[in-house]
Amino acid sequence: MELLYASCVGVLVSCGVFLLLRARTFPVVLGLTMISYAVNLFLFSAGRLTINKAVVLGTGADYADPLPQALVLTAIVIGFAMTAFVVILAIRGRADLGSDHVDGQIIKSATDSKEQK
Amino acid sequence: MIQHLTSLPILLPMLAAVILLLPPCGKSLRIRRIASSIMAVITFIASALLLIHVHNSGINVYAIGNWSAPFGIVLVADMLSTLLVALTSFLGVGVILYGCAGDDAKGNFFHPLVHFLILGVNGAFLTGDLFNVFVFFEVLLIASYSLLMHAGDKQNTRAALQYVILNLVGSSVFLIGLGILYGVLGTLNIADMAQKVALLTGDDVYLAKAGGLLLLVVFALKGALLPLHLWLPNTYASAKPVVAALFAIMTKVGVYAMLRVYTVIFGEQAGELEHMAQSWLWGLAIATIVVGAIGVMAAQDLRKLTANLVVVSVGTLVALIALQNITATAALLYYLVHSTLVSAALFLLADLIGTQRGKVGDRLVPGRAVHQPYLLGACFIIAVLTVVGMPPLSGFVGKIWILKTTLNSEQAMLFWPVYLITSFVLLVALSRAGTSLFWERKGKKTESTDGVNAHPLQVVIIVGLLACSPLLVIFGGPISDYMISAATQLHDINNGIDAVMKGGK
Repeated sequence: MELLYASCVGVLVSCGVFLLLRARTFPVVLGLTMISYAVNLFLFSAGRLTINKAVVLGTGADYADPLPQALVLTAIVIGFAMTAFVVILAIRGRADLGSDHVDGQIIKSATDSKEQK
Repeated sequence: MIQHLTSLPILLPMLAAVILLLPPCGKSLRIRRIASSIMAVITFIASALLLIHVHNSGINVYAIGNWSAPFGIVLVADMLSTLLVALTSFLGVGVILYGCAGDDAKGNFFHPLVHFLILGVNGAFLTGDLFNVFVFFEVLLIASYSLLMHAGDKQNTRAALQYVILNLVGSSVFLIGLGILYGVLGTLNIADMAQKVALLTGDDVYLAKAGGLLLLVVFALKGALLPLHLWLPNTYASAKPVVAALFAIMTKVGVYAMLRVYTVIFGEQAGELEHMAQSWLWGLAIATIVVGAIGVMAAQDLRKLTANLVVVSVGTLVALIALQNITATAALLYYLVHSTLVSAALFLLADLIGTQRGKVGDRLVPGRAVHQPYLLGACFIIAVLTVVGMPPLSGFVGKIWILKTTLNSEQAMLFWPVYLITSFVLLVALSRAGTSLFWERKGKKTESTDGVNAHPLQVVIIVGLLACSPLLVIFGGPISDYMISAATQLHDINNGIDAVMKGGK
């Protein structure tokens, strides 16, 4: 389970970083979302991965650490707010700058220049 | 009542922001201005009372919901954090009053957002555990994102987009760092972490080191340390100057977090991880000072120049963190207060100069003369003397103090030449800026008479911020005593841990 879990986090982060480096707002937003999912999973695992343990302090001797769950919850809420903000900002940026590049510059790609020829 | 004082610098701005969003204030600008100013002043009074209280009675621990330290969330008010809280609230009053002179009408929600920003900054200074540092960072960041867009244009959107994306990546890195540290140490309370770091063995040491260094990346991003400072000049120069003046405190939050984490948690008691970030901090700080000075030389307008001055000041502060001794920390605090106030004043001054010069704005090119050359010129020269560190103003005292603390350390060989040459470069760059702003006029008969005088409130705020500099010199004795005892308190780690773990009852 640890291997699967760790690979999930790893794949999400690498996809996220790849999308971030695209430097266009839509992929960047997607990349940020993926990274924040990965971070949430990672935080959750900070309390150790266990099976068949009660989630909160109960009468049993075995219980899972409740603190990472509280942390993840907070991080998810904050992550949602931030994603909502960056989406709106990206839309506004597209409207204001006439391009979805994060630098606001329209870079003519190879295909565009071919079409012009 | 007195035991709840610690929570007031956080609760009052929150209350203020909510009041300002409610109908009677939401509709009328006039009422909003009055309410906002009053609440800002009340916040400042509460912060000042807290400062005095902590100064007299030692570290004040406030357990939220009466859950005591390692498990509950605590607010820790020591001399260092209350000093910074008071500074923030003071700057908040200045910015809000300056905004009332007309800048707040150019966009929506200026006043509530400023209060939210103050809430975030105060919270980050006061909180006693790292996860809440993250939460308050997010609070102040989202307020700053929106403030950056205040009265914005296209340039503004671009800068904001870069700033927001960078900070979101930073937040993710912050959480990963926190996750690693929690996984290893099993706690996020700063005092508790400081105790447990020393007990680590085996592979856990390396994990904790990785977590700690990831945090360094985040704090370097917030504080604008060398490789991660590139967002700052653009962002600060494209923000409205009144907003940029408030942002002057935001880089200091990163510096404060570094100071706290690398002195208390990974400080001298951290066993194998003792002073683990010191060498990184030192090298990056020196490089930041150099790059900041180059940026100052290259700046095309006054706002960008001031933004690069902020980068230089961050470099200086971080170099002092890397020294890790009491006198260096005391000098750091003095320099921090001085540099925050003077860079805020310079941003506001850039606003006035830019408005009065018409089309050329605050660009450093010959243009129309300013309408009030003597007033603005006098303010500008005082600000420049302060920021460069010429006698007799506070910059000079700070500079002498910094040079004196570094004198006997082995790093003086590197620090002295870099710091002194940088100061000289700053002096040259700022003299040149002043010359082109005030003396070089386009054409010969451009004695402009059609300009408007600055709003008296704006002048009062700028003069007030600048007046802090001579005050820091005149009351240098008691102030430096305070800084030294604050630094002693920070470095007395055992005492701090005891206060947090036993306090808050």
